[in-house]
Amino acid sequence: MSDAMVQVRNVHKSYVRGKQTVEVLHGLTLDIPKGDFVALMGPSGSGKTTLLNLIGGLDGPTSGEIHVGGERIDKLSGGDLAKWRARNVGFVFQFYNLMPVLTAERNVELPLLLTNLSAVQRRKSVAVALEVVGLTDRARHKPKELSGGQEQRVAIARALVSDPALLICDEPTGDLDRKTADEILGLLQVLNRDHGKTIVMVTHDPKAAEFASRTLHLEKGQLLEQAAAAA
Amino acid sequence: MTRTGFVLANLGRKKTRLVLTLLSIVTAFLLFGLLQAVNVLFSAGADFVGATRLVTQARVSFTQSLPMRLLPQIESVPGVDKVMWQQWFGAVWQENTQLIFFATDSARLHAVYPEYIMPDAEWKAFADTRTGMIVGRQLANQYGWKIGDKVPIASNIFPQQDGSKAWTFDLVGIYDGKDEEWQRSTNVGWINYGYFDEANQFGKGRAGTFTIKLTDPDRAAEVASTIDRMFENSSDETKTQTEKDFNIGFFKQIGDIGLIVRWILFAVFFTLLLVVGNTIAQSVRERVPELAILKTLGFSNGSVLAFVLAEAAALCIIGGLIGLGIATVIGIAIGGANFPIVVDGQVWVVGLISILVLSLAVGLLPALRASRITIVDALAGR
Repeated sequence: MSDAMVQVRNVHKSYVRGKQTVEVLHGLTLDIPKGDFVALMGPSGSGKTTLLNLIGGLDGPTSGEIHVGGERIDKLSGGDLAKWRARNVGFVFQFYNLMPVLTAERNVELPLLLTNLSAVQRRKSVAVALEVVGLTDRARHKPKELSGGQEQRVAIARALVSDPALLICDEPTGDLDRKTADEILGLLQVLNRDHGKTIVMVTHDPKAAEFASRTLHLEKGQLLEQAAAAA
Repeated sequence: MTRTGFVLANLGRKKTRLVLTLLSIVTAFLLFGLLQAVNVLFSAGADFVGATRLVTQARVSFTQSLPMRLLPQIESVPGVDKVMWQQWFGAVWQENTQLIFFATDSARLHAVYPEYIMPDAEWKAFADTRTGMIVGRQLANQYGWKIGDKVPIASNIFPQQDGSKAWTFDLVGIYDGKDEEWQRSTNVGWINYGYFDEANQFGKGRAGTFTIKLTDPDRAAEVASTIDRMFENSSDETKTQTEKDFNIGFFKQIGDIGLIVRWILFAVFFTLLLVVGNTIAQSVRERVPELAILKTLGFSNGSVLAFVLAEAAALCIIGGLIGLGIATVIGIAIGGANFPIVVDGQVWVVGLISILVLSLAVGLLPALRASRITIVDALAGR
């Protein structure tokens, strides 16, 4: 158990949509070791993003257990889960989700407002994070003054700044052209290889998945490997 | 960056909307400051006089005068110490500036209103100079009058024997109030009743009101009732009340100022509530994904609630303080001796409380909504 960053055990997840209850994940079990770079692929509705949200503590399972970094997160209350996310997970989304009113450096600094760091320490951490993503010279620019690739680099810097062990990336290159996408994926590879970050990435793009160390396929709420074994 | 910096940055995201909303808050609090000051002014006029004096007026209205022959009868009532009479002069300065002037007897004024402080020599000069007048310090300062000036003052009611409404008086004294509150009421001028009554063309031998100084304030009700009973069923029925009640009644001739002010402010703040409340709600609706990201990053529901409430409060505080500040400046600029509008500490305290209540009223619902956003749904655009 100590080598696994993420342990998902017999997780079911269902949503109520109107009068219907839709079960998205059906008893899914999964281990992701520390330092792994996993790509999750599968058709729309297969449960990729749902699984990602559960691992990232953005949502809770209907049943089953989820352990991340040795901590069981499916039992945490809303407030404790928020604190846990702030300490342990960085998020990168398809549409960057930066605060348009803040400059790049302020966006990166935002998660640090939840820490006890002084203003000077925060500035140092922000500078390091922006340097890692190669965006030091654009620190004072607001998101609308940046290209899509630069915005995503700011989002990655924001995800990195509090030094979490786990990065959750939901279609991080879905809104970028091939060249820029490859640069972003290369950056994620560096973060995984050189900085030891465990990365779980959802993607539809097989070329993007090639940057990961391994690819898992989901279909109808189950990992294909497990579905095959069950069959 | 601090959390405050983040709140202010969000506040300024739509400049035009911010300016228009701020303008509406500034206007509301400007109105609030000025109207509240008027309200305070009118109620203060009644509060500080105490209950040591009664005022007797004609029962129908104080605009009807009473004959001077009532004086000895009023003086004879047990509990009455001194009686003074006064007649509204209807004074007009220069083009059309109305002044508060009364005709009275100098010695009785001195005896009934010991709160007016003036050197004995000036009281004597007032008594000895038929065309003499005394004015309060505020009035003298406002018009730059000095002792020895001949001051032309018209009356919009009383013509002289030759039909002219132009009168001229010799300024022989300037009085002060015994304390700060009385100093605020030194916006009144007094002329000699003897001269006025002789030179005046009509309505001779009559007084607008009698002001009675009591031997014992506790006997006010008894004395008032005795006086009114004395003139019951006569051609000159009276209404006697404490000076405070008289002053309140005087202002109520204009209308119930407090009630009018409250209704106007209610309308203003109700409209403001809708305008600012809608602005904050709209701002939250537009930012649902951003608020979800805050939660994703680890900000708690309470933090998100606090951010939205702080935005509403910042908007109301900035607008409210500017509005009250402008009201204070306008009060200083337009407040004169006759209408001393002062946006004072009392108005500011009520204003600050109103700002806090408004902040909560406009911010709480959108803030609660923001705090209840579900991350997964918000990010999925549901």
